[in-house]
Amino acid sequence: MSANLINASLKELAAALAAKRVSAVELATLFLDRIERFNPTYNAFITLDRTRTLAQAADADARRAAGESGPLLGIPLGHKDIFCTEGWLTTCGSKMLANFISPYDATVVARFKQAGAVMLGKLNMDEFAMGSSNETSHFGPVKNPWDANRVPGGSSGGSAAAVAARLAPAVTGTDTGGSIRQPASLCGLTGLKPTYGVVSRYGMIAFASSLDQAGPMAKSAEDCALLLNAMAGFDERDSTSLQREAEDYTRDLAKPLTGLRIGLPQEFFGPGMGDDVRTAVDAALAEYRKLGAVTVDISLPNSALSVPAYYVIAPAEASSNLSRFDGVRYGHRAAEYADLNDMYCKSRAEGFGAEVKRRILIGTYVLSHGYYDAYYLKAQKVRRLIANDFVEAFKRCDVIAGPASPSVAFRFGEKSADPVQMYLSDIYTISTNLAGLPGMSLPCGFGRGGMPVGLQLIGDWLGEGRILNVAHQYQQQTDWHLRMPDDARQGESV
Amino acid sequence: MHREAQWEVVIGLETHAQLRTQSKIFSGAPTAFGAAPNGQACAVDIALPGVLPVLNREAVVCAIKFGLAVGAQIAPRSIFARKNYFYPDLPKGYQISQFEIPVVSGGGLRIQIGQGDRSVEKYVNLTRAHLEEDAGKSLHEDFHGKTGIDLNRAGTPLLEIVSEPDMRSSAEAVAYAKALHALVQWIGICDGNMQEGSFRCDANVSVRRPGEPLGTRREIKNLNSFRFMQQAIDYEIQWQINEIEEGRTIQQATVLFDPDTGETRSMRSKEDAQDYRYFPDPDLLPLEIKADWIAEVKAGMPELPEAMKARFEADYGLSAYDAVALTATLDTARYFEQTVAVAGTGSAKPCANWVMGEVAARLNKEGLDITASPVSPRQLGGVVVRIVDNTISNKIARDVFEALWNGEGTDADGVIEAKGLKQITDSGAIEKIIDEVLAANQKSVEEFRAGKEKAFNALVGQAMKATKGKANPQQVNDLLRAKLGA
Repeated sequence: MSANLINASLKELAAALAAKRVSAVELATLFLDRIERFNPTYNAFITLDRTRTLAQAADADARRAAGESGPLLGIPLGHKDIFCTEGWLTTCGSKMLANFISPYDATVVARFKQAGAVMLGKLNMDEFAMGSSNETSHFGPVKNPWDANRVPGGSSGGSAAAVAARLAPAVTGTDTGGSIRQPASLCGLTGLKPTYGVVSRYGMIAFASSLDQAGPMAKSAEDCALLLNAMAGFDERDSTSLQREAEDYTRDLAKPLTGLRIGLPQEFFGPGMGDDVRTAVDAALAEYRKLGAVTVDISLPNSALSVPAYYVIAPAEASSNLSRFDGVRYGHRAAEYADLNDMYCKSRAEGFGAEVKRRILIGTYVLSHGYYDAYYLKAQKVRRLIANDFVEAFKRCDVIAGPASPSVAFRFGEKSADPVQMYLSDIYTISTNLAGLPGMSLPCGFGRGGMPVGLQLIGDWLGEGRILNVAHQYQQQTDWHLRMPDDARQGESV
Repeated sequence: MHREAQWEVVIGLETHAQLRTQSKIFSGAPTAFGAAPNGQACAVDIALPGVLPVLNREAVVCAIKFGLAVGAQIAPRSIFARKNYFYPDLPKGYQISQFEIPVVSGGGLRIQIGQGDRSVEKYVNLTRAHLEEDAGKSLHEDFHGKTGIDLNRAGTPLLEIVSEPDMRSSAEAVAYAKALHALVQWIGICDGNMQEGSFRCDANVSVRRPGEPLGTRREIKNLNSFRFMQQAIDYEIQWQINEIEEGRTIQQATVLFDPDTGETRSMRSKEDAQDYRYFPDPDLLPLEIKADWIAEVKAGMPELPEAMKARFEADYGLSAYDAVALTATLDTARYFEQTVAVAGTGSAKPCANWVMGEVAARLNKEGLDITASPVSPRQLGGVVVRIVDNTISNKIARDVFEALWNGEGTDADGVIEAKGLKQITDSGAIEKIIDEVLAANQKSVEEFRAGKEKAFNALVGQAMKATKGKANPQQVNDLLRAKLGA
């Protein structure tokens, strides 16, 4: 029984639950046991609470017994520790919030609760989502289940590792510059960053408000579609959330791809891309042509500016967003201080890690009097140019494809000494956030060291249904998304 | 020559008016004053991780009303910005305000400096008015060397109203502040309670020799009474003139007024000025105000004081002085008009006299607001009707008013009837009384005949006394003069 369940799709799990072949409590127990066994190796979860998780599972079983049903009722999930969860520690991967128990649920969390999903625990992440390798977490790095000497990517590294190691069937992540897609790519997952405004940001601890967007991470596009159905929707508590009719993201999954125009930006296939990544991506594109799609060469001429523009805008917003962590009302406060200023300085010096401090400094600098125009305003103008590039590109194609990350998962410490090298690992994902467009990564093969390679699909505004369809059709023909690392397979014999 | 004559004073005011909305500007928490500390601070107000602001449309309505009332432009698209600084009562580490594009710009206010016939009118231009949130309060007492934080006020909506540096004296500054204070209450956007901090002013003061460019200004913060404003500005003017005359230069600074010493003292200099790192708040969309929204707000607004003043003069034949006094507050104006509605337009002047005289004096004595007056406009109108139709004299009318004030009766006629206060207008009856008075006061009659006009008044007084004030005084006068052959 358990072997199927560990590697099962959400649809299969829902069917098993509906047919009462397994209860929500049994399913949660199965994954909690796996977490107990493997989490010490991968460090994917920061907070676990078996009692509460099983209580939620029992509640889901009771709801089913009372006649309720639904695609997520009784499905166990993990939440990135950036989402506020009532009564649970919500640390955002930081010492600053290591003692913070949220008194309320993020909208995303509340929606999953309403759908009857069961929370397995809170997932590790780069501190305040600032990082691409999960090395900046106060709670220690997450290991890549495909090779424990390598990073899982970031910032949603715990989320990615948890699914890759089959410690959870699906999880939530957030993506500010690639934080869902890059770790999904490095861990062999399917992950989706929706259009900005599709998922409420309420209760999601803000890194860069104009770029942050929550999304699902799972094994397949179909699973992501089911998760997004629960996550998406207008929220009156988030002024930037889009007011629109609910959409069924599974609706177009089965649509054939005949005549689909896939745009290939020349800038995404340049010298920065690893050969192993190129080989896997090219093979995926060949598969798409077999499915009836045509590829079109396009250009996103300003995409080279996306990393510098991002590293002005995101730190600027972050420097302000993180001001509330001052030790006054909650979170870390220095044990001893001489006066108010000293309390601020010590509390923040002790509570924040090096990467967070670096970005607060950059952000404070670019917003300073006399520098604002040269940096922040200029970056906003570049952002507009980048968005316009996509508008032009989508006149010639339906979706855009390319690599999600220039390389497969790298080794710990390989890039952490050089922030710019680290920042460049998001070079293919950042422009999507700047333009507010949906993007996803799906497994398309393996590269150096037997590490997974991710194919990125970028959709037009509100085109998540379309890219999910394009990803799903590929996953009907390939099985990359079903491959598992050894430890996960080990679990099959449980 | 008076020293001040060599100096021109330049004053601009920044006023924070707390808006009368039910809930806060970016959260659903209530705004009522006086709750237990932190009892009215919700997750958004205390800036928990992950919370987001949502703009309260009522606050925008207040801003639109103000823009309409001062003839300003209302921006079709304005931007909320973050003003970043650290302070314990500023939970987010930034204040949401408006910086580059405010919701209201331009417009102005007509003010009266001085009172009565000697008053001078002046138009003060406004630079802008923008929406922002208030901070919480730091409480330094009762915490034994520590500081308590009360976030009930955090997120209370404010309209910051910035004037041009158009005022030339403390008297003009106070007149402007009073006019603004009256206006925001008139249009119902602010309760005007200065003790509770609902209306507070900062004054930017500089001096220059006439014709020279503007001098360096110092900003006096948090003036929460008109008296303090006058004192603080006057002190500051003298201080600045002294500094310059003694060869020193004025440094830009923020100062506080100490009411105990009557002096201003520097709080921080320009060098300490913070870099607020303003930038557009990415959590909030630009505020868009379309013409139909403005029209809808306009339709629900009361007639403005200027217009009402003009109408009172034209329709009721009132003097400018009366019209100004009756339009001091919207409630006074409404009370007056409701009184006139009962007494008749022709009786507007006696209505005005009563509202500004007896009613105002009595309310003042009891410390009551006109909306809480025990004598309603309908009742007062009834009193005026009976004065005008000679049923009662003005003197008796005061007794009737007093009776109504004390709840003795529901209307003037009832009181007059019950107390038998109806005026005696029967000439025969009055003549009879006058005859008795003349007979009993021969000495006064002699004196009058000898040319003492005062004696006549004494006889009138005796006649009125004999009728317990109920005789028509004019009739008594006329009949008495006839009897005395004068």
